[in-house]
Amino acid sequence: MSDGGTATTGRPEDRPLANRHRRRVRAESDPPQEPSRPRESLGLTANFLAGFARFISGSSVRWIDSQPDTAQRIYFANHTSHLDPLVLWAALPREVRLITRPVAARDYWIKSRLRRYLAEEVFDALLIDRDNIRVHNSPIKIMLDAIGTHSSLIVFPEGHRNTADELDEFKSGLFHLCRKRPDLELIPVYINNVNRVLPRGEFLPVPLLTSITFGPPMWLENKEPKPQFLKRARDAVIRLREITRNE
Amino acid sequence: MIDPITRTWLLVGGVLAVLAAATGVGQYLRVRSRTGELNPSVVSDFNLRIRAWWLISSVLAIAFLFPQWVTVLVFGLISFWALREFISLTPTRLGDHRALNWLFYFITPLQFFLVGLGSQFYDLYSVLIPVYAFLFIPIRIAFSGDAKRFLERSAKIQFGLMVCVYCLSYAPALMSLKIEGYQDSWDRARLLFFFVLIAQLSELTEYLWQRLAGRRIIAPLINPNRTWESLIGSMGSCSLVGGALYWATPFPAWMAAGLSAVIAMMGFAGAMTMSTIKRDRGVSDYGTLVTGHGGVLDRIDSICFAAPVFFHFTRFIIGANLL
Repeated sequence: MSDGGTATTGRPEDRPLANRHRRRVRAESDPPQEPSRPRESLGLTANFLAGFARFISGSSVRWIDSQPDTAQRIYFANHTSHLDPLVLWAALPREVRLITRPVAARDYWIKSRLRRYLAEEVFDALLIDRDNIRVHNSPIKIMLDAIGTHSSLIVFPEGHRNTADELDEFKSGLFHLCRKRPDLELIPVYINNVNRVLPRGEFLPVPLLTSITFGPPMWLENKEPKPQFLKRARDAVIRLREITRNE
Repeated sequence: MIDPITRTWLLVGGVLAVLAAATGVGQYLRVRSRTGELNPSVVSDFNLRIRAWWLISSVLAIAFLFPQWVTVLVFGLISFWALREFISLTPTRLGDHRALNWLFYFITPLQFFLVGLGSQFYDLYSVLIPVYAFLFIPIRIAFSGDAKRFLERSAKIQFGLMVCVYCLSYAPALMSLKIEGYQDSWDRARLLFFFVLIAQLSELTEYLWQRLAGRRIIAPLINPNRTWESLIGSMGSCSLVGGALYWATPFPAWMAAGLSAVIAMMGFAGAMTMSTIKRDRGVSDYGTLVTGHGGVLDRIDSICFAAPVFFHFTRFIIGANLL
C-alpha cells in the first residue's frame, strides 16, 4: 500500500485504490503549497475534545523563553505515552492548534474506531506506518509534503515510547527534516507525568496532573554535523526537564 | 423567633463580612510586605487562601439555592481534584494503574453518591472507604504483580483516599444529620455553613495570632510559621466567635464554643500534617504542577481534617439520630 499518497492528503484511511491513486497523482503534479489542507476552524467536537484532553491531563502549560506562534515549527518532545501527541496538541493555543499536526504511530491510532476518529477528525494526526518505511515513501518526505508552507508538526524523535528516566538518543529524522527545510523553527518540549496518566498497555487514563514545558526556538546551524545537532536538540529537552524538576 | 431562611442568610452575611475583613487584612499585609518587614510568601499564601475561601463560600451560597445534591456534587468535584493533586505527587508504579482507575472512576463517585442519597446510607458511606476500599486497594495492586515497595505504595494511596475523599465527604454529610428541630433544608445548610465559617476563621485568626504573638515554633523543619501561640490563639478566637453564633447552630452557646475550638484545632493539625507531606516530597504546594497557583488540596486541608471530627462530635454530643 502506498503511504505516500495517503499522507499527502492527510487522510491515511483505506480509501478505494483508484481514489488514493488519483490523489497522489494530483499531489505530485501540483506545487507543494496546499497539500495539507490547512483547516479553516476546528469543529465544536475538536474544541471540546481539546478541552477535555486538557482536563484529563490537567496539564499546566509553560513557555520558557518562547512564545506561541503560528510560524511554521517543529515541536519535538520526549515520548512516554500514546497520549503525548494528543496532550501536547491540546496544550497549544487555538490558532496554533489549528495548523499543527502531531505525527503519530499509525498502527496504534487506527486500531479502534474511536482512536481513528480522534486521530483523523479531531487532531488531524499525520499517521506514520512504522513497519513499512522505504526509500520511496520515507517518513521525512511524507512529513515535508504534509506541512507544505503553512502547517507545523509535533514529532517524537526518540522514535518510541521511553519510560526510563533518561531520554534516549534522538533518531536522525529531525536532522533530515531540518536539512531539507532549515527555515523551520524547532521548539523543544518536555512532557511530564503523561506516562502515569496512560502507561504502556493500559486503555483507561488516570486523571493525574501533567505539565508541558515549551523551550526557546532553535535551528539547524549551517553545516552543523548530524550527531552534534541531535545532541543539541536532546540537551534542549533535558534542560527543560531540569527546569521542571528544580521548581 | 427568626425563621430558618433568615437565620441562614444572616450567617451567610456573616461569612461575607469575615471574608471582606480578611481581604482587607490581606491587602494591608501585602502593602506592608513590600517594605520587607513581612515574609512576602507567607502573605501571598494568606491571600491565596482568602481567595479560595471567597470561591468556596460563593459556590456554597449559590448551591444552597438548589437541591441538596448540588452541594454534594460541588464537594465531590473538589474532592476529585484534590485527589488527583495528591496522587500526582505520590510516586506510584505502573502496577498501581488499575487500582488508581478504580479510585478515580468508582470509589470517589460512589462515596459522594451515597452521601448525596442521605443519611439512610450512613452505615454504608461511613465504612465504604475505611473497610472496603482500604482492603481492595492492596488487593488490586497485589493482583497486578509488582511487589516493589508494595506496602508503601498501598499506604500512600490509602492516605490520599482517606484525606481527600473520605474526610471531605463528611462536610456535605453534615447536611443529612438529623437534629431535633432541624427539619428545614435551610437549617441543614446552615450547619454546613457554620462549619465552613469557623474553619476559614481559624485560618484567618491563626495568621493574625502568628503575627501578633508567634514565638514558640512547633516544628521548625515543617513550617516555621506555625507556633503554639497561633494554635491556642486561633482556638480561643474561634470559640468566642462560634459561641456568639450559637443561634445559628443546634447547640447551646458553650457547646458551640467548644466545637468551634475543636474545628480550629483540627484545621490547624490538618494543615500541619499536609505540609509535612509537602516537605517530604520537596514541594511548596500540591498544585506545583499547575504553575503559579497553590493547589486545591492546599486550600482545603483544614476542612478535610476538621469535617469528620465535627460531624461525629455533633452526632455523639447532640445525640443526633440519623434518619
